[in-house]
Amino acid sequence: MFKIVDKKVLNPTVTRIDVYAPFVAKKAQAGQFVIIRATEDGERIPLTVADYDREKGTVAVIFQIVGATTYTLNQLEVGDYVADFVGPLGNATHTEGLKKVAVVGGGVGCAIAYPVAKKLHEQGCEVHSIVGFRCKDLVILEDEFKAVSDKYVLMSDDGTAGTKGLVTDALKNLIESGEQYDEVIAIGPVIMMKFVCRLTKEYGIKTIVSMNPVMIDGTGMCGGCRLTVGGETKFACVDGPEFDGHLVDFDEAMKRGASYKEWERHKYEETCNLFKKEVK
Amino acid sequence: MPNMSLKKNPMPHQPADVRNKNFEEVALGYTPEQAVDEAERCLNCKNKPCMNGCPVMVHIPEFIAKIKEKDFEGAYQVISQSSSLPAVCGRVCPQESQCEKYCIRGIKGEPVAIGRLERFVADYHNANCKEKAVKPQSNGIKVAVIGSGPSGLTCAGDLARKGYEVTVFEAFHLAGGVLVYGIPEFRLPKTIVQKEIDTLKELGVKIETNMVIGKVLSIEELVKEYDFKAVFIGSGAGLPKFMNIPGENLNGVFSANEFLTRINLMKAYKDDATTPIKHGKKVVVVGGGNVAMDAARCAKRLGGDVHIVYRRTLDELPARKEEVEHAMEEGIIFDLLTNPVQINGDENGWAKSCTCVKMELGEPDASGRRRPVVIAGSEFEIEADVVIMALGTSPNPLIKSTTAGLEVNKHGGIITDENGETSVEYVYAGGDAVTGAATVILAMGAGKTAAKAIDEKLSK
Repeated sequence: MFKIVDKKVLNPTVTRIDVYAPFVAKKAQAGQFVIIRATEDGERIPLTVADYDREKGTVAVIFQIVGATTYTLNQLEVGDYVADFVGPLGNATHTEGLKKVAVVGGGVGCAIAYPVAKKLHEQGCEVHSIVGFRCKDLVILEDEFKAVSDKYVLMSDDGTAGTKGLVTDALKNLIESGEQYDEVIAIGPVIMMKFVCRLTKEYGIKTIVSMNPVMIDGTGMCGGCRLTVGGETKFACVDGPEFDGHLVDFDEAMKRGASYKEWERHKYEETCNLFKKEVK
Repeated sequence: MPNMSLKKNPMPHQPADVRNKNFEEVALGYTPEQAVDEAERCLNCKNKPCMNGCPVMVHIPEFIAKIKEKDFEGAYQVISQSSSLPAVCGRVCPQESQCEKYCIRGIKGEPVAIGRLERFVADYHNANCKEKAVKPQSNGIKVAVIGSGPSGLTCAGDLARKGYEVTVFEAFHLAGGVLVYGIPEFRLPKTIVQKEIDTLKELGVKIETNMVIGKVLSIEELVKEYDFKAVFIGSGAGLPKFMNIPGENLNGVFSANEFLTRINLMKAYKDDATTPIKHGKKVVVVGGGNVAMDAARCAKRLGGDVHIVYRRTLDELPARKEEVEHAMEEGIIFDLLTNPVQINGDENGWAKSCTCVKMELGEPDASGRRRPVVIAGSEFEIEADVVIMALGTSPNPLIKSTTAGLEVNKHGGIITDENGETSVEYVYAGGDAVTGAATVILAMGAGKTAAKAIDEKLSK
């Protein structure tokens, strides 16, 4: 059992929880993930490490309420416990030697992109953060990003926050204006990562993406998280979660990501109704 | 007078057309009368050939003699001197290639049903004995066991009985390893596994779940920072193999590991489960081992029309004969001398069929089995919305990659000496992590050997 020591609602659908998990906190690095079971009999879901405090022994994860499990997780409050919290799993982001990087975040993916930007900033790298959201209400981590970025570009689909448009538009502008990046790190919806990679390929800029597929164990055992990278099958949990974006088969990843969509929708409604009944 | 019947007492079972729709245990176990009658078939041979077939050397004629006397608890005490998981072994051991293979009664007729008797005795004990195991006097020496499958549990149990302070580290949220994530409920009820684990806890064994050794802690840290004097690696063979054929990443294609873990560990077959599983209408299971049988029988219970596709013939099928018979009785269709070459998908990325080829057997290969050869022009399609790859597994490289000096062979199996000690002093290994995917009882034998060696080394 792992105690929730802090909880922040970042926007109506995105929540941050800080969990007391000293073993995980001791080793966690940007880019790695944990597997959580919110409750006994709950599903195992992977969530990327958003932050950690080695002294306090806490690890933060940020999640979007998209299904039954994240809905249940969001019902837990400070002082409650999550049943299981395993990690850190996967490989840390490679940041060695990078001098100038564009970090591109989309939606809740910004929660994963932020610790990467922070790590780069702390090692003296010039960081340009380009973040995109659907609308103003969904913007998260604005101050945090600004604090670790030499340039911060906010984009929104409807123009209610920052500039109207896509993160790819902003990235293209920066590249066209002469910015030269050692690397682009893109973390967000698969479709966003796909188009960022299509753009950077034109300019020949190495691009790293963080994949977040369905997983069970997170240690290489089930193969549920497999994806095709450069024509080879890889497991996101042990070979990733970060990969060379120019080699990832995003279309396949999108289809695989949708495999439990119907089931999830049904389960989500069921869970919401259950909680509503309890409230009455 | 011994019972000279040439046949074993048959095992009562759930009828095939009932059990293929539920996840309750298939075999129902002997009654005391059946057990005594079967025990009477044992001739109590002086040289005990059956014992030599047992990797943990259970004193077989002795426990059977106790059954004859109707001293069932006494029989249990005999078994438990050698085996820490009798209720498990009685169910999943391949007795036909071990103890029962050497039974004198098997020369003319069927051997004594040693496995069924072991199961009877263990179930009797679990149902009737309320006494708890007693934690022995501690010797204060800490030993770490990585993995809570059959080898780890056996090693932990043997060391705890000798007074060691044993901690078992398990990566999942639940202890039991392959006994809980791999072997289905209908073959090995999880309450039985839990009971065996509870017994270990009573002996003082600590079980730490959610501990992925190699990630959360390294072996070096266990030794240097946490003062474990010896470490046993029983991390199993967790990595699934795929065929690397086109279409293998389509939705609806699973490793047997994923399919079985969703069903067995995460209970996805239950209506109120939080973890989903695709209920295939037309299911193809590729492979011929026990895991393939388990996956096929699970898929059948989820309502599927299930085919096992295997590239050799029934004679080469590596699964236990009993499992194959059960699968056939339950309505699973065997497409033998058949091999998939491609999985075909629909526009949404879901599997819809398997393209297969017919095979014929050629010259024997390195394993001594005749090598299957493709018959040219024999392609055909089988409808399949779920395809399960049960092709075997290999050891997980997580520990090897984080332990300096730990040597492995070309298949990834950890190299040990005959006592189970690895290339790193005080670090032992056993079970599938050493041999690659094998059986529960062989893993237990390895755990036992290592426990003995660890005790000898640490008590010097």
